[in-house]
Amino acid sequence: MIAYIVRRAFYSIPILIGVNLLTFLLFFVVNTPDDMARIQLGVRRVTAEAVEKWKAEHGYDKPRFYNDRAKGFDRLTDTIFYEKSLRLFVFDFGNSDDGRSIRHEIVTRMWPSLSLQVPVFALGLLAYVSFALLMAFFRATYLDFAGVVLCVAMMSISALFYVIGGQYLFSKVWQLVPISGYAGGLDAWKFLILPAAIGLLAGTGANARWYRTVFLEEMSKDYVRTARAKGLAEAVVMFKHVLKNGMIPILTGVVVVIPTLFMGSLIQESFFGIPGLGSYTLDAINSQDFSIVRSMVFLGSVLYILGLLMTDISYTLADPRVRFS
Amino acid sequence: MIPVFLKTDVLLWLLVLAVIVYAVHVRRSPHLLVPWRRVSRSASGLSALTVLLVFIAIGVLDSFHYRPALEKTDEKGQTVYAVESVSLLDAILEPIRVHRERTYSAPLATRAYAKETIEITEADGKLRQVREFPRLIWGGAHLKNEDDGTADIFSRALAGLASGLAAWCILAWALAAWRGRAAGRAAKEEWRAIWRAETATPWWAVLLTAGALLAIFGMTSALCTHYHVLGTEKVGQDVLYLVLKSIRTALVIGTVTTLVLLPFAITLGIMAGYFRGWIDDLIQYIYTTISSVPSVLLIAAAVLLMQVYLDRHPELYPTSAQRADLRLLFLCIILGATSWTGLARLLRGEALKLRELEFIQAAQAFGARDAHIIGRHILPNVMHIVLISLVLEFSSLVLAEAVLSYVGVGVDPTMNSFGTMINAARLEMSREPVVWWILLAAFVFMFALVLSANLFADAVRDAFDPRVRVGGLARV
Repeated sequence: MIAYIVRRAFYSIPILIGVNLLTFLLFFVVNTPDDMARIQLGVRRVTAEAVEKWKAEHGYDKPRFYNDRAKGFDRLTDTIFYEKSLRLFVFDFGNSDDGRSIRHEIVTRMWPSLSLQVPVFALGLLAYVSFALLMAFFRATYLDFAGVVLCVAMMSISALFYVIGGQYLFSKVWQLVPISGYAGGLDAWKFLILPAAIGLLAGTGANARWYRTVFLEEMSKDYVRTARAKGLAEAVVMFKHVLKNGMIPILTGVVVVIPTLFMGSLIQESFFGIPGLGSYTLDAINSQDFSIVRSMVFLGSVLYILGLLMTDISYTLADPRVRFS
Repeated sequence: MIPVFLKTDVLLWLLVLAVIVYAVHVRRSPHLLVPWRRVSRSASGLSALTVLLVFIAIGVLDSFHYRPALEKTDEKGQTVYAVESVSLLDAILEPIRVHRERTYSAPLATRAYAKETIEITEADGKLRQVREFPRLIWGGAHLKNEDDGTADIFSRALAGLASGLAAWCILAWALAAWRGRAAGRAAKEEWRAIWRAETATPWWAVLLTAGALLAIFGMTSALCTHYHVLGTEKVGQDVLYLVLKSIRTALVIGTVTTLVLLPFAITLGIMAGYFRGWIDDLIQYIYTTISSVPSVLLIAAAVLLMQVYLDRHPELYPTSAQRADLRLLFLCIILGATSWTGLARLLRGEALKLRELEFIQAAQAFGARDAHIIGRHILPNVMHIVLISLVLEFSSLVLAEAVLSYVGVGVDPTMNSFGTMINAARLEMSREPVVWWILLAAFVFMFALVLSANLFADAVRDAFDPRVRVGGLARV
């Protein structure tokens, strides 16, 4: 088992290198640091000196891969590729364009993100599975049909409308919760309850419908017929057999998103003013701060790869038929 | 007039042409006709298709651009053409396009939404300044007495409704006559059969949907010449015009993107599954790498870089409309290049299964070339997967456009789209009093488009997915 996990972990190294090369290609080869400087300084009417100065201040005034003016080992390390790209591997993200440490920002902003995402994830799983199981229990009745129609309708509404509508109703008209903002510690619940509820609602359609098909697929299998044939009550069949077996594909399917919960949600955080990683990323995109976007791209990929690894492991734990070969 | 060929226009026409060619191909191939017949048995699928066709018609009308001739001529007596290009849809919507107010006005209003300082002449001939809601320039301007507004709106709406229903009756009767002739019975009998749901194709669903659409269309077109049916936005543009123009953007994103995604997904996915070995490893490596980057961030990064590129190459677009169009095309390319991995993974799995089957092995034993086997034997047998994921992808792309525009990496801010509308309307919700109609209009149109796409996708999936047919499972 451990040998299997270690081997899977080794598989992810080339993918990480690939992501690193991809981001380097996008940010430094397709578009040069000169372009970045021009964006920051204004596209037109910018002098060559100003561009050079900006590049020197932000450490982009080096050759890309090979520095023939340096000596010895520095020829490879005193380059943009080493300074800006390879250092991401040790989570050294450097500074953003306004000179703050990106790593410090990530460490402080990760908690608000997590305090919103983890409840949404956990409660969401519970709510969607219950809803889907209910639909599967009443399959081929009008109740099931109404449930499916509701799901399709809910997944046809853009997430933006859930946020705008919810914020308008609960914060502005009924004034139950603050419109936006955040407080540290336990006071945070006031600010988190509405975005969490909206996040839950926005995910209902797609997830509940998917889980329903999973449960229906399980219910058409032979062991369910056997369970019914030996006289088990339908409720027992549903909870003891279908739920348990249906959870295998569901759990292994959702495990992959667990690490990416760190990254927060772009829409929720920016609408509700939660100082998490999502709003950090969005601000970086709007102010065209490439060093933050690059760091977040890399961090997101690392977390996703971690999620893939966890999926592999959870398969082996959940399904005894999978062998460690 | 001079025709203007925007890049996305051409791509959209090509797509429509491709769909027509495909339809002709389906008519000739019995094995494709069977699943499509099954689609045509689904009532929800057909009524969704009816709504979709209306959207597509609007989008296609909006994709014929030209520069209209101006009234005046130059010194040499030659016609002068407008700099700005308009589309056929613009020409049809001419009245609501040019009827601009000064700023916000509520749907069907005759007065503006905010008080303004206006000068009025009093009975004694003095000028006096008062703060009140001014009359609109166009909305209800024909009314002599403003109190008649409600009655006027009702009578116009009723007249519109009547003409819409009359058009529907003609359409319905024509359909009954046409289907009746095919079935060899009188139109009257066919009419009864349709409403008793005795026809194989549930025409009643189509007729009901068409009836609702025609009623709405009748009422809107009767009202829109003298009122702003969905109100006006910040600079006084009619909101109905804005949502109708947004449809094309949504359609382009949903369809052109899939056009970009297909070649990657099909060639790489099938090659990985068919050749296995190092090719499989390499292709799997590429798509795992791309899909491991969070998609919003990858798109955002690529769009930021695209903006830099466009800023550096102003020679690519002579006008701002062409710049917006180029940006839309680039957005589609970026979306396509980042979202092919899911389909490629599915196709790889299917090709892995297919290559072990006897007919492929027989082809290999006969010495057929790999390219031939992939093109003639594997590709036709994975097309149902391609089709299902294309229709499923469409609605998620339309939804993605709104989010991307909100994030600031969507379409050009000058381009009409649901995303830019929502983005602008979001701030108006915090105004006092609330400007709600722009958001409502965007919501209704986007919901109708995405919902009908989702329902149609479901019908296509149920008809084409072999698992559904064999197990009879989704019909439980």
